[in-house]
Amino acid sequence: MNSRQYQAETRGEEAAAQARPAKATAAAPAPEAEAPEYRHIGKSTSRIDGREIVTGRARYTHDIKLRGMLSGKILRSPRAAAEIVSIDLAPALAVPGVKAALKLAEGKVRYAGQQVAAVAAVDEKTAEKALALIKVAYKALPHVVDWERARDASAPQVRDGRPNVEEINTYSRGDVEKGFAEAEVTVERTYRTGFETHHPTETHGSVASWDGGRLTVYDSTQNVHSVRDALARALKVPAADVTVIKNYMGGGFGSKLGLNDYTVVAAILARESGRPVKILLSRRDNAVCVGYRPSSRQTYKLGAKKDGTLTAIRLTNTASGGLGAGDDVAEPAVDIYKCPNCQVFEETVYTNTGASRAMRAPGHTQGAFGLEGALDELAAALDLDPLELRRKNYSTRNRGDTGLPYSSKGLDKCYELGARAIGWERRNRRPGEGSGTGPWRRGLGVASSIWFGAGAPGTLADVVLYPDMSVEVVCGTQDIGCGTRTHMAVVAAETLGLEPKDITVRLGNSDYPWAPGSGGSQTTPSVAPAVRDAALKAAERLKAIAAARLKIDPGDVVMADRKFASKGDPAKSAAFADVYRDLRRETVFHGERSGMPTDAFAFNTFGAHFAEVEVNVETGQVRVLRYAAVQDSGRIVNRLTAESQVVGGVTQGLSAGLFEERIMDDATGNPVNPNLRDYKIATSLDVPEITVLFADVFDPRTNNLGVKGLGEPARVPGSAAVANAVYNAIGVHVGEIPMTPPRVLEALKRKEARS
Amino acid sequence: MQKKASKKSPGGVTRRDFIKGMGSGAIGTAVLPPLFGQTIATKKGRVPVYEKKTIALAVNGRKVEVEVAANETLLDVLRDRLDLTGSKKVCDRGECGGCTVHLDGEPVYACMTLAIRTDGRAVRTIEGLAEGDRLHPVQEAFIEEDGYQCGFCTPGFIMSASAFLAGNPAPSLDEIKQALSGNLCRCANYAKIYGAVEAAARKMRGA
Repeated sequence: MNSRQYQAETRGEEAAAQARPAKATAAAPAPEAEAPEYRHIGKSTSRIDGREIVTGRARYTHDIKLRGMLSGKILRSPRAAAEIVSIDLAPALAVPGVKAALKLAEGKVRYAGQQVAAVAAVDEKTAEKALALIKVAYKALPHVVDWERARDASAPQVRDGRPNVEEINTYSRGDVEKGFAEAEVTVERTYRTGFETHHPTETHGSVASWDGGRLTVYDSTQNVHSVRDALARALKVPAADVTVIKNYMGGGFGSKLGLNDYTVVAAILARESGRPVKILLSRRDNAVCVGYRPSSRQTYKLGAKKDGTLTAIRLTNTASGGLGAGDDVAEPAVDIYKCPNCQVFEETVYTNTGASRAMRAPGHTQGAFGLEGALDELAAALDLDPLELRRKNYSTRNRGDTGLPYSSKGLDKCYELGARAIGWERRNRRPGEGSGTGPWRRGLGVASSIWFGAGAPGTLADVVLYPDMSVEVVCGTQDIGCGTRTHMAVVAAETLGLEPKDITVRLGNSDYPWAPGSGGSQTTPSVAPAVRDAALKAAERLKAIAAARLKIDPGDVVMADRKFASKGDPAKSAAFADVYRDLRRETVFHGERSGMPTDAFAFNTFGAHFAEVEVNVETGQVRVLRYAAVQDSGRIVNRLTAESQVVGGVTQGLSAGLFEERIMDDATGNPVNPNLRDYKIATSLDVPEITVLFADVFDPRTNNLGVKGLGEPARVPGSAAVANAVYNAIGVHVGEIPMTPPRVLEALKRKEARS
Repeated sequence: MQKKASKKSPGGVTRRDFIKGMGSGAIGTAVLPPLFGQTIATKKGRVPVYEKKTIALAVNGRKVEVEVAANETLLDVLRDRLDLTGSKKVCDRGECGGCTVHLDGEPVYACMTLAIRTDGRAVRTIEGLAEGDRLHPVQEAFIEEDGYQCGFCTPGFIMSASAFLAGNPAPSLDEIKQALSGNLCRCANYAKIYGAVEAAARKMRGA
């Protein structure tokens, strides 16, 4: 799934939310002047599911074992393009222990890794043995895997009757030619980003089990509701008869946002065999069949006055996402800096490789790398401090200060806090003036980010109060590792005067009240306000019961120290236990995340990252020494888990900037590095000292708590900040990620050739 | 380190205790007929080739006998036969450390350890690290310092860290990073993880 599809899905969810009874959506919260002080919200709460995780008791999809469960295995095409002549399942079905087999492809296969056939057998080894016996006759067809070659008119057509190159985005405001004519300095530079693979530690997988006409699927997914709906459509069964469960998940990063083809296969094999079926993808399958971040080749032309005022931005981008469309990377260029004239043209190139999918901040990590690099090269041409250039073009409205005002924007505060934390004054005044010992040169870099993450209106949550004083919070969201369970408990505890550990949280089940997919940094800002709404209603009921018990006016009741008391006469009080007992039965309170005034304001999240690096000019090695990340994501629900989000985002950003690249064998369309040894990701040895700060900008227009998303904002500027620090150290922008040692040495050679 | 680790492991059984407990007869003789009666030459002389063999080992202090195929990994035996799913299969080829367990107190990758080679040995998995309800200090520290995100790699990190701290109770930050470099965290929460290990070391020293 590419970023546009991903946005479309998000919009679809918002549309679905709009279609719901607009009971709560009409009343947007009235902006409060400042943030109220809370006991739990905004403080550090350790995760309520921590004990399950550290004892190994947390059950992931990989760990699900059902009675009579079969192992499903999928045969995949070894060819990048071929006509399927025949598939013979008989030899597989003849193997003792094989319970079902399926043909999954007819006509053409278009990438090496596409599903061709499947078996379900009593165990994994039997299934593998049977799979090897399936006879498939292929007629080879021409294919193209290298996207630059796919642009040639003579290249094989990847999709029948459709061109390999397609436009994905155009945008224009003002008059860029006029803007460039007004400019006193222009720079034009090209930046490239490679193919980055999600590689969640838990490979993709599903367990499907039928009970008569009812289907239960345990799925390693970021979206139980959309998988339920899409699976019901695929199997032609009512959505009401399908339940999708995800208790714990070993990472997704965007690759697990929708229904996967193997989940349908598991459900069909289970129906045919009459037994539960588990399909887990191998690490290699995970590198090939379930997406990656598409590549980009972005050319920016920036025009500015001598004082740094931007007069024009032009971006042309060529992306490639295999059989899917690549990412639109233009959002940072279009939105974040004040500039009246802006023009964008983006195209994507189709190839015979599996389709790309949204990957943590799709489009934005690539766009930030390009735009922020170009800004630093412009700053050098203007002899300006890169941070000053960013401040000079600061905007308070979206679309480059030409659109809607931001509901809140704390990017200026991020700059200030981050510059202080890293010691920005220590940067080289001009790129390449880096001091250092021996072959090592030091430098500092900065990059900004913008992302969405205001949450999805219409998200539902229930709070259930029990007469024994237990409290349950139920929401059909999923905790993908961000600490959502704990966030729900924190909000409920805050509102009900309890402790987070007092709250029982249920999530990760499509039978629970609707919540959006855990993508787009929308989980916490969708779920926390819905829980808050339900808990406020619950608190009102308890106060009414207490008032009746104390024979006082409900408006006179205050809640503190596990008691309800009269405001006027604190001696008049009732213990929580007594008031809860008066409920007499469990009582459900429904909450909903209300709407936002999106016609009047733009709702975004911001951040600024600062990196200090050391570059070896003889070997091309880059080491990140220090890092400061400052985020403006509104109110933080839990500082402890929020810090982890940022630490992870920063480290993934430097990992992508320095190490990560999927490499394909163009001759066969198979990946050269489909494992965790050859596909390099950051390890503990690569991680610098990271300072995490929050701008703590209160944005009451967003929702009833002023919370915004954080997962993706923290991932956006990392590669860009590291690349700009390398530029500051060695005086030449590497212009391509990952900045492998050969690429750094190439860049140094270009610099030598220029001087 | 080995001795220390097994001594310290709560409720643990040392290898010596275990072998004693099993009795000498059970270990030497609990084997199935060798594959076609073949033998192969090794440094220790000719040994029979097994297709399957019943092995006896102590898992988390409990004696277990299980018939394993010659090519079966310890990880598959733990996860599929003994229902100990805390150890995770992430790469299945010794790249990521998600399956780290203690074998006689030493951290090993269970996916790279043939089950048949663990005959007569003591295995501790994440499920057996706590002493009843009392968590190991490394487990406590991971919760307090938020040394995880999705939690899938966490059992492996905790098993690596606990074995490491048993042998080096006052490590430097660089030593911690080195010791954990065989474990991958895709959520990339390393800075928090090594913070948790530092905190655990302090706890264990009583500092």
